[in-house]
Amino acid sequence: MAARTGDRILFDHNHDGIDRRGFLKCMAWAGTGALCVVEGGVLKSYALSGPGAKHAKGDLSFVQISDSHMGFNKPANPDVVATLKAAVDKIDALPVAPEFILHTGDISHLSKPEEFDNVDQILKEARPQEVFFVPGEHDVLDDEGKQYRERYGKNTKGAGWYSFDKKGVHFIGLVNVLNLKAGGLGTLGAEQLEWLEDDVKHLSQSTPIIVFAHIPLWTVYADWGWGTSDSAQALSYLKRFGSVTVLNGHIHQTMQKVEGNVTFHTAASTAFPQPKPGSAPSPGPMKVAAEQLRGLLGISDVNVAHGRRALAVTDSTLE
Amino acid sequence: MRRHHWKFAVLLLLALLVAPGSGKLSNFSARAETAPSVAEVKIDNFTFEPQALKVKAGTTITWTNRDDIPHTVVSSDFLFKSKALDTDDKFTFAPTKPGTYSYFCSIHPKMTGKVIVE
Repeated sequence: MAARTGDRILFDHNHDGIDRRGFLKCMAWAGTGALCVVEGGVLKSYALSGPGAKHAKGDLSFVQISDSHMGFNKPANPDVVATLKAAVDKIDALPVAPEFILHTGDISHLSKPEEFDNVDQILKEARPQEVFFVPGEHDVLDDEGKQYRERYGKNTKGAGWYSFDKKGVHFIGLVNVLNLKAGGLGTLGAEQLEWLEDDVKHLSQSTPIIVFAHIPLWTVYADWGWGTSDSAQALSYLKRFGSVTVLNGHIHQTMQKVEGNVTFHTAASTAFPQPKPGSAPSPGPMKVAAEQLRGLLGISDVNVAHGRRALAVTDSTLE
Repeated sequence: MRRHHWKFAVLLLLALLVAPGSGKLSNFSARAETAPSVAEVKIDNFTFEPQALKVKAGTTITWTNRDDIPHTVVSSDFLFKSKALDTDDKFTFAPTKPGTYSYFCSIHPKMTGKVIVE
């Protein structure tokens, strides 16, 4: 992944009339730190210092962080505590204070109690006090997620899935890191899918839906297991909704895709970057120079504006 | 001097024991072939190397994780199952029954391998 020079990229996804080709072009610019805004179906781009650099305002603002991998201590990041603290500083410095934090998994590196304790301690220092989690595969090692659920899954169902509402937006936290089959991808499983179908049944189609899970719910790169085998089934239950946003982690880099009514977005890690799909022999940690590291880590600030059926996701690096 | 005599006596005794049947000698070497041996699988760049390992029954297989990311070694039928292996951690298993054992990393299920036991 190319190092980004700027520290702010904005995507304002309007689901009414996105120009797919224009969107992809926008993606290409994203790598160099441009700002992309879709307004009324027309793609506009601005330089980072340009007129569009002002912060998106909406009815609901929250921030996504991911893959803090507490306990990891190898190149390129021997100090994941420092980078998570930098993420907290970044969150507290956002122009619109987020109401809560979503952590999309791999909280810990090895599921050790002290690793979870460490993350909890650091996140307590953040201005938003409410944190919602979903587990990553590193959080459920050796115990099928028992410890994770004891810590973070008090009001959850099954392996730790749940939903909640904030200011008219319906949030759904899914678990796709357990019971993985040889040769396969992430898995939601029949029980969770059944719950999901039931969970959204009563909602009106104008309810904005935000789904968050660790492994991407679209196939980013099957060879590296970057996808979820039964995600299509899950998304089929969300087809009738006008605005669906899927937030994932796992791949330690930002990526976006729009498919019909669904906008997919992955957040950067706060610990270490991973290579672009297929650009390295394996998805192992990318070893980068110390001065490049924070430019490849980050947080994602999300703003929801009712009525516009649009959601703005702003990725900021930790530089 | 006395010690030399004693050593000579032992050698003579051994020669007498072994000499009567060359058959006994070959029995002895046949046993050496089936004696427990060892084999290694390295986990590197999210792959098991060798991907397919052929061993004799009773061979102790050691998997070593050389990645910066934890992996597991789990047989598809759960006959063997390691804990999460951090960098340089090892897992050993000695299959006793002939057959083909497919296994994978339960954290990164795209990683698969097999052990063929003869």
